[in-house]
Amino acid sequence: MNAPLSPPSPYSSPSARSNVETHTLSVLVDNEPGVLARVVGLFSGRGYNIESLTVAEVAHAEHLSRITVVTSGTPETIEQIQHQLERLVPVHTVTDLTVSARSLERELAMVKVRGKGENRTAALQIADAFRARVVDATAESFIFELTGKPNKIDEFVDLMRPIGLVEVSRTGVAAISRGPEPI
Amino acid sequence: MAKHMTGAEMIVEALKDQGVEIIFGYPGGAVLPIYDVLFHQDKVQHILVRHEQGAAHAAEGYARSSGKVGVLLVTSGPGATNTITGLTDALMDSIPLVCITGQVPTHLIGSDAFQECDTVGITRHCTKHNYLVKNVEDLPRVLHEAFYVASSGRPGPVVIDIPKDVQFATGTYTGPRNVHHKTYQPKLEPDADAIRRAVKMMAAAKRPIFYTGGGVINSGPAASTLLRELVSLTGFPITSTLMGLGAYPGSGPNWLGMLGMHGTFEANNAMHDCDLMIAVGARFDDRITGRLDAFSPGSKKIHIDIDRSSINKNVKIDLPIVGDCGHVLESLVRVWRAEAMHAEKQPLDAWWKKVDEWRERKSLAFRNSDKVIKPQYAVQRLYALTKDRDPYITTEVGQHQMWAAQHYHFDEPNRWMTSGGLGTMGYGLPAAIGAQLAHPKSLVVDIAGEASILMNIQEMSTAIQYRLPVKAFILNNEYMGMVRQWQELLHGGRYSHSYSEALPDFVKLAEAFGGKGIRCSDPADLDRAIQEMIDYDGPVIFDCLVEKNENCFPMIPSGKAHNDMLLADLGDDAGLELGSIIDEKGKMLV
Repeated sequence: MNAPLSPPSPYSSPSARSNVETHTLSVLVDNEPGVLARVVGLFSGRGYNIESLTVAEVAHAEHLSRITVVTSGTPETIEQIQHQLERLVPVHTVTDLTVSARSLERELAMVKVRGKGENRTAALQIADAFRARVVDATAESFIFELTGKPNKIDEFVDLMRPIGLVEVSRTGVAAISRGPEPI
Repeated sequence: MAKHMTGAEMIVEALKDQGVEIIFGYPGGAVLPIYDVLFHQDKVQHILVRHEQGAAHAAEGYARSSGKVGVLLVTSGPGATNTITGLTDALMDSIPLVCITGQVPTHLIGSDAFQECDTVGITRHCTKHNYLVKNVEDLPRVLHEAFYVASSGRPGPVVIDIPKDVQFATGTYTGPRNVHHKTYQPKLEPDADAIRRAVKMMAAAKRPIFYTGGGVINSGPAASTLLRELVSLTGFPITSTLMGLGAYPGSGPNWLGMLGMHGTFEANNAMHDCDLMIAVGARFDDRITGRLDAFSPGSKKIHIDIDRSSINKNVKIDLPIVGDCGHVLESLVRVWRAEAMHAEKQPLDAWWKKVDEWRERKSLAFRNSDKVIKPQYAVQRLYALTKDRDPYITTEVGQHQMWAAQHYHFDEPNRWMTSGGLGTMGYGLPAAIGAQLAHPKSLVVDIAGEASILMNIQEMSTAIQYRLPVKAFILNNEYMGMVRQWQELLHGGRYSHSYSEALPDFVKLAEAFGGKGIRCSDPADLDRAIQEMIDYDGPVIFDCLVEKNENCFPMIPSGKAHNDMLLADLGDDAGLELGSIIDEKGKMLV
């Protein structure tokens, strides 16, 4: 009898949820203790989505780490996320790679497949088509290593499922802008 | 000027170098080395509070009334967790604090040691920035950086968590040279092109309004002076948020009163009908905007803010100007003058005529009584009897806070300390103590409610110990009044747990602490009683027994627009069906 009780924000107009986009943000941060917690805590604290997140030090001498976050939301939310990230003290720059257009996105996956007989042949044929490498093999299993865009990995995993997919480990998306300039 | 010393000595040395004269704190095991250093010096005065939350609010009151950074020192574990409400309050209201917390020795971190908690983890969400210092050689840099981060850009609280072994360790102390942070560099100067565009828009506006906030106060007194100059140059009407009261004088000719949920009829209607809104250091909070999709539908909006993320957060902005309010206002005044701009007289006159019609509605009027003290009347009399003393006013949170904002008028910035964003009951008394320490000769009054003040009443002891003559002026209606009002409007008058049963005798309570208690219930005796409070040289608890069922109007009910206000005479026991005023959707809102 009650109306549904979950407006995203009490005063927002209900139409604000309509045009959700997925964006890849590249965040350069000082590699100091707790910096990842600050970034992740900002997303959870303000109710933003994280679809993928990768982090690693990219310049050891300067203590620089690069965090790549794939997030989704309305264009207004994405803008807000970018500016909220910029407020964090150890953040150098935040770049929306989806807006600055030409960027490369790659993810690495390791996929364990179990099977015998015809299934082994089928698995190897698919792996060949996807340029996946065999990095471990037993009499009844393979582990494939595969790099590509996230949807390519999705497709590969979907094809392996009926053959005998055991488990998948993915790194999350790393992204970089094309051309000679840095972000 | 590098000197060799212990970590604890570095902390006190850094406080001195930062010009800190007063800190608020409470000792404990993990900060004993620091307290030992404090014992041997007298440059930094330590104020012993009775609860760490009190230390945080006192530091806020000190900071807001003086423009300096508020400093507190607490021990690990419960000492740190007790500050959380105050830190969150300071974050929401952009108040510069540096909070030094003790921590268990580094080799015990993570072992669930006695009085251990993950202070940096817990305070990450309620500070602008925080540090855990594991090496004494990092300590001087972190200390000075903390003051810089807390006070620059959009101010906020900063926590420095210092393990006990780091306090004992020795290292090299360096003073506060020009702190330059490699990533944190707030932008103060506005974009010149944006200033020119803003001036053009202002000159062309037909129904303009200034909507100002706490950012003007935070920018320093010069920003308030420039704001007054700009308002006088343009002749535009001006309203302010709760946080911004005093930036433009409450007695000024262009003043419309506060806007928002309990703002005036003229301020809210002018916001709704304007064609140009110039937001200065205000953040379009939900208490200001009401229903967002009906918020000032016909206006272009200029938003001046030091925090880029405030722009377009809640409301779509036509012209953002990122920079410090003082710098931006200075540029606007300069360009307006240089280009000999003037507002369009005819439309502006027509706009003022409209505003005057709204003013005629006298939305702050109330039905007075000669039998019982009306809370609004109590605030009006307090104002009349204290205004000439340049007083500092703090509040708790609730109806009394809104009545204070409506009926007490501020002609200068930094005179009004209230918990705006977080709405922290228990804020006012410790904040008054902080303000009194910053202004020892001034009159400091905490306009309080009987429920709120009990949340930090222990700080009366602090006031007594340091002979701080703060006055707690309690509007006692025996209810958590704002809760009761919402229960009346939204929940069919079912006053679930909002009656203040078993209240203490506030007069005896004051006396038990060693202060003075005054009670008044007769409107005819009120002036005399207030004068007695002012004249007493020491802490006073004034128990002002007021009308129990008075509602705070005007009010924009939840989920309604600015031009859809509830006004006082409607709410006055006129048999109106109050339960039907807020629709089902509005009831879900806070």
